[in-house]
Amino acid sequence: METYRSNIMICAGTGCVANGSLKVKDALETELIKRNLQKEVKVVLTGCNGFCAKGPVMVVYPEDIFYQMVKAEDVPHLVEEHFIKGRPVKKFLYTPPAQKDAIPVMNEIPFFKHQVLRALRNRSLIDAEKIEEYIARDGYLAAAKALTEMTPEQIVNEVKNSGLRGRGGAGFLTGLKWELCARVSGEIKYILCNGDEGDPGAFMDRSIMEADPHSVLEGMIVAAKAIGAHYGYIYVRAEYPLAVHRLQLAIDQAKENGLLGKDILGSGFDLDLEIYQGAGAFVCGEETALMASIEGKRGMPRPKPPFPAVKGLWQRPSVLNNVETFANVPPIILSGADWFASLGTEKSKGTKVFALSGALNNIGLVEVPMGIPLRTVIFDIGGGIKGNRKYKAVQMGGPSGGCIPESLLDTPVDYENINKTGAIMGSGGMVVMDETTCMPAMAKFFLEFTEDESCGKCVPCRVGNKTLLTILARITKGEGREGDIELLLDLSQQIKDTSLCGLGQTSPNPVLTTIKYFREEYEAHIKEKRCPARVCTPLVKFVVNDEKCKKCGTCFKACPAGAITWEKGKVAYIDPEKCTKCKSCIKSCKFWAID
Amino acid sequence: MAKLTIADLKKIKEEYHAGQALREGGFKVKITVHMGTCGIAAGARPIMNVILEELAKSGRKDIAVTTSGCAGLCSKEPMMTIELSGEAPVRYIALTEEKARKIFAEHVMAGKPVKEYALVVGHETTY
Repeated sequence: METYRSNIMICAGTGCVANGSLKVKDALETELIKRNLQKEVKVVLTGCNGFCAKGPVMVVYPEDIFYQMVKAEDVPHLVEEHFIKGRPVKKFLYTPPAQKDAIPVMNEIPFFKHQVLRALRNRSLIDAEKIEEYIARDGYLAAAKALTEMTPEQIVNEVKNSGLRGRGGAGFLTGLKWELCARVSGEIKYILCNGDEGDPGAFMDRSIMEADPHSVLEGMIVAAKAIGAHYGYIYVRAEYPLAVHRLQLAIDQAKENGLLGKDILGSGFDLDLEIYQGAGAFVCGEETALMASIEGKRGMPRPKPPFPAVKGLWQRPSVLNNVETFANVPPIILSGADWFASLGTEKSKGTKVFALSGALNNIGLVEVPMGIPLRTVIFDIGGGIKGNRKYKAVQMGGPSGGCIPESLLDTPVDYENINKTGAIMGSGGMVVMDETTCMPAMAKFFLEFTEDESCGKCVPCRVGNKTLLTILARITKGEGREGDIELLLDLSQQIKDTSLCGLGQTSPNPVLTTIKYFREEYEAHIKEKRCPARVCTPLVKFVVNDEKCKKCGTCFKACPAGAITWEKGKVAYIDPEKCTKCKSCIKSCKFWAID
Repeated sequence: MAKLTIADLKKIKEEYHAGQALREGGFKVKITVHMGTCGIAAGARPIMNVILEELAKSGRKDIAVTTSGCAGLCSKEPMMTIELSGEAPVRYIALTEEKARKIFAEHVMAGKPVKEYALVVGHETTY
């Protein structure tokens, strides 16, 4: 084995690859050969580093230097400075917003500093496509322990005592789910992994499958032993080609090495896993719909009970867990339930991975301890709101979740406390919105999504969501009627109470929470025919407000239609004849002076 | 590939972990070879090669090897600084391959600085 003095870990997650990280890798390898450093410096492709906003990113060890936004043409300079002259290249270091000094060391950057990595424990540390690198970080030792030293009851108890709850969103105790299935007798059982991540703005599971596929397989081996399953599926949406590729590679490597298949590690235990690619229907994230989809049927949920633990896939007892849940399992087996439960709050143990997106400075993938205040996640890790705008709300749990306003930013992030706000923990999407977001329009966006994704099997979801959308559409068009808010509230509650599956039971949450926290915006739309965020075009007047206008002329320069007249020291004027209502003026104005 | 046993798993772990350890921090020794233009011209490259060779032979996982630019004393190049955790760094000057090997064996491996090759002990200050 060669000794390298330095490792360059280049992020090859979907985000960084899209930004050209593979070209950077090629350039690095070429340049290292040119400089005759190829035997000293090793280039490694890793899964998602998490700091997607700054891609392509790389981490250089042993110095732990974090470089961002590196392009292929920058590589010769970088190699010369860092690897020959030994000084970090300032140009590619991260500087926090509104600060002067760059932070070279990765773990000193606020984005990384507040994180605790458990599910993402191998982040930026291993090559996702090499099983040896996973094994070197204690990989498959938990499977070995579970298969040779533990009884199914002991595994169930360890996971139950750890307090691990389903990371897909519902938060059911994982150990209890396994126990229910383990108790059911049956020759054939199935272990299933839910990688059908469908929330807009969520990419936690994709990142885990891309960065550390073996951790998912290992979690599944442990679970299979606990419930007595010898066959399993990983359900991944076909829109995740890189995740599918890396998982398949991982399965092939595991089989080749006897870590899957017959007599795993000489323990006598058999398990075969297979990937099933879904077509990307949101409802297939619901467990019974997912199983129907694997069976080759149309992806539709069915009433429960019987629960999948009793009658699941092909009518056999089955356990379905989320990707992140499985990734959490190996360290619990190795380090114990107490270690896992040492982090978190009373009823929510361990950590949670979140995908930060929206109006934030630091967009990316983060893992934080349960109980961390929402404010820390958004302002310290997320780096606050982009472009000096004001925070308005964060949508947690995607279309099934709700928004959380500024007054509740100190809410600790755990299942119970997030539920109290009306949002849900969900699978981990956090979409942050600033003052330029219109809440009724936001609710309408999510309802468009659920209306589209509703499978149509039950009436409350199929017709109810459609009706909610119709009401929201007329409100945002300026045709809202007196009593619409009450109608929305009433109908939402009925849809929640009577829908067949989780999709319908949660789809009104965006409507309910936006009304709960931003009712005045709905009233402004309905009664005053005004959109305070200037988003709903039919409700925007496109008139300059004399009192607010600072006569700066920014709107004049921004207008592509030549509809604005302005002279230095004078209030701008928008000619309604020429105005195309494109909102360029509104976006450019820093003083909210266009009504 | 043959089927793995648990013993194999542990062997792979040991073997590969050596190569990956430098990603995980927790170093006990930091070796800096000064590789400014002056250092390279004076022969810092062979020194670096010797260090990497010795490092591979030692099998140690807690040693970080890095480079730096010109240390300011160009006439005494090639130079190298050894820093054992918890101790003041020692700067060595006018190195040859033999000297580098001796420093590696005595200072890095055995913890005893080689005084006759050392320029100075301690950090530079700017006051």
